[in-house]
Amino acid sequence: MIAASRPIQRSPLSRLLAVDVHGRIAHHARSRFVDLLRPDDLVVANDAATLPASLCGVHRPSGAEIEVRLAGRASLAQDDVHEFTAVVFGAGDFRTPTEDRPLPPPLSPGDRLALGPLSATIETLLDHPRLVSLHFDGTSGEIWNGLAGHGRPIQYAHVPTPLALWDVWTPVAGVPAAFEPPSAGFVLNGESIRALRERGIALVSLTHAAGISSTGDADLDRRLPFDEPYRIPDATAAAIRRTKAAGGRIVAVGTTVVRALEDAAACDGIVRAGDGVAKGRIGPATHLRVVAAILSGTHEPGSSHYELLRAFVTDAALRRASTELEAYGYRTHEFGDSVFIEKAMFRQALHPEHADRTPTLSLSTGERVAREAIDGQAGVARGSTSSPRAGL
Amino acid sequence: MDLQGSRIAITGGTSGLGLALVRELLGRGAQVAFVARTRDQVERVAREYPGAHGIVGDVSKKNDIYPIALQVTGVLGGLDVLINNASSLGPTPLALLADTDCEDVELALATNLLGPFRLTKALLGALAASAREGRGAVVLNVSSDAAINAYPFWGAYGASKAALHQMTRIWNEELAAEGIRFSSLDPGDMDTPLHTVALPDADPATLKRPEASAREFADAIAASLPERVAVIDRAEYRT
Repeated sequence: MIAASRPIQRSPLSRLLAVDVHGRIAHHARSRFVDLLRPDDLVVANDAATLPASLCGVHRPSGAEIEVRLAGRASLAQDDVHEFTAVVFGAGDFRTPTEDRPLPPPLSPGDRLALGPLSATIETLLDHPRLVSLHFDGTSGEIWNGLAGHGRPIQYAHVPTPLALWDVWTPVAGVPAAFEPPSAGFVLNGESIRALRERGIALVSLTHAAGISSTGDADLDRRLPFDEPYRIPDATAAAIRRTKAAGGRIVAVGTTVVRALEDAAACDGIVRAGDGVAKGRIGPATHLRVVAAILSGTHEPGSSHYELLRAFVTDAALRRASTELEAYGYRTHEFGDSVFIEKAMFRQALHPEHADRTPTLSLSTGERVAREAIDGQAGVARGSTSSPRAGL
Repeated sequence: MDLQGSRIAITGGTSGLGLALVRELLGRGAQVAFVARTRDQVERVAREYPGAHGIVGDVSKKNDIYPIALQVTGVLGGLDVLINNASSLGPTPLALLADTDCEDVELALATNLLGPFRLTKALLGALAASAREGRGAVVLNVSSDAAINAYPFWGAYGASKAALHQMTRIWNEELAAEGIRFSSLDPGDMDTPLHTVALPDADPATLKRPEASAREFADAIAASLPERVAVIDRAEYRT
């Protein structure tokens, strides 16, 4: 795919590749994504605003220039800004591809870092010479002030001009919590939100601290995504319960929404309001219990985002989608084109052990169609079905 | 009427009506962040009212808006109410339009119209989230009778406040369905530093106290927010 190199959140030329419940592929203008939804759908967005999480400065013990990229914190509490997980780079900035960036000087616990108006201490190395936990000096107000004045959005070499916060905050951005933009939300401007409302499609949100997408280090990249705290409001949890009970679909805007909702429902399939931390990876072995469709960016095979999409559709369908994305010149990365993927009927058949966890009443229309088809399939394959739920 | 737990941001919070609002809203139990241009003044007010979060920034400057929005939503953990109070008179002393420098009109528009527009836009996501969560969301723009009446010498200020008033009405039309309420309120002629600059000879005894206007504004905010939900069912929360 082609790297989208200009920070335009909603290009009129943006495209959308859709994979439906049967694995069929169609191409649309992205502005028409609302046309792919149904009145009983519930759209769930990530309303996290993006932190200016790139901090240039100096490693005091060596005097070496460094760039610190904040990459995680324990909770979303507004005064919980003293401790961060961070990736440290040597001198330079985003204009150099991350994999070519020089290493920072050797880092040790207790090292002091001067990051513009902010001062921090390395508390521990997190099993890697460049991954550290940091403690910032000062009150939480002083830390917010320092981030606001000195921090820059994390960015990569495919966008050559420096990004401003207004480039990376989605139109639904509220509380600053994400380390990189939950960019699927770029599509949710005033006009598309209005279009949703006019069709009776409800929009709710949660806050998820979307983490960094790349560190330039193969060992570290394998550990992505790091643990990500999230918060699900009461109203959102209630809307999800109502939608599921009425047979509607939960449509996630972005991979971070999938991570938060599936983590929140991990215990018994029910999304409860409150705070949590999304830990595991979502991939081909994951049984999605909440989300029925996802609007996401276009992702390259091998990335953690691509792995997450494997929970929705068969590898064969994803390969076909990837081939079409290449063939039709789709653009990738945060300012690129999008995909809309409905959870495949066939993938459910791969997870018969979970069949009993999905109450029949909560099946969406798409899932009902899928179920009927799979029931038929299972019947053929087995010669007979003892239960209408066999094969699910 | 109390505003317990409401998260409120006020621009121009170190003098006049803004300062009276900081005091009044803190007294009603709100979490308050205030914005002003001068660091010394921000620190003075923050020392005097330790419950309020002071933010240094100039709403007339494009590059200050997102740093302000980041700190407002960062320190408050969200936003329920935005009060665009910071104002510029334009030329001081006040001048006939024929004698007004273009730069002074630009300053009045940047402070009184573009600033509130930009800050509202940057904070719209936080306000909409608050509305969706049932907390309510209110944007209050401080207006003036000069927005309606054609007072000689008040051209730059009056034109900018008229534009703000109209923009407030259109915001409200466009976002009422999302649960965000916009209103512009005229606090009246108050005994404030801005009024002294505009009309140095006015007798303060004939002017309204800013504390009285602040109480009216706080009442208007409380009336626009939904009844506070008493206690959220903790059983709904994961531990």
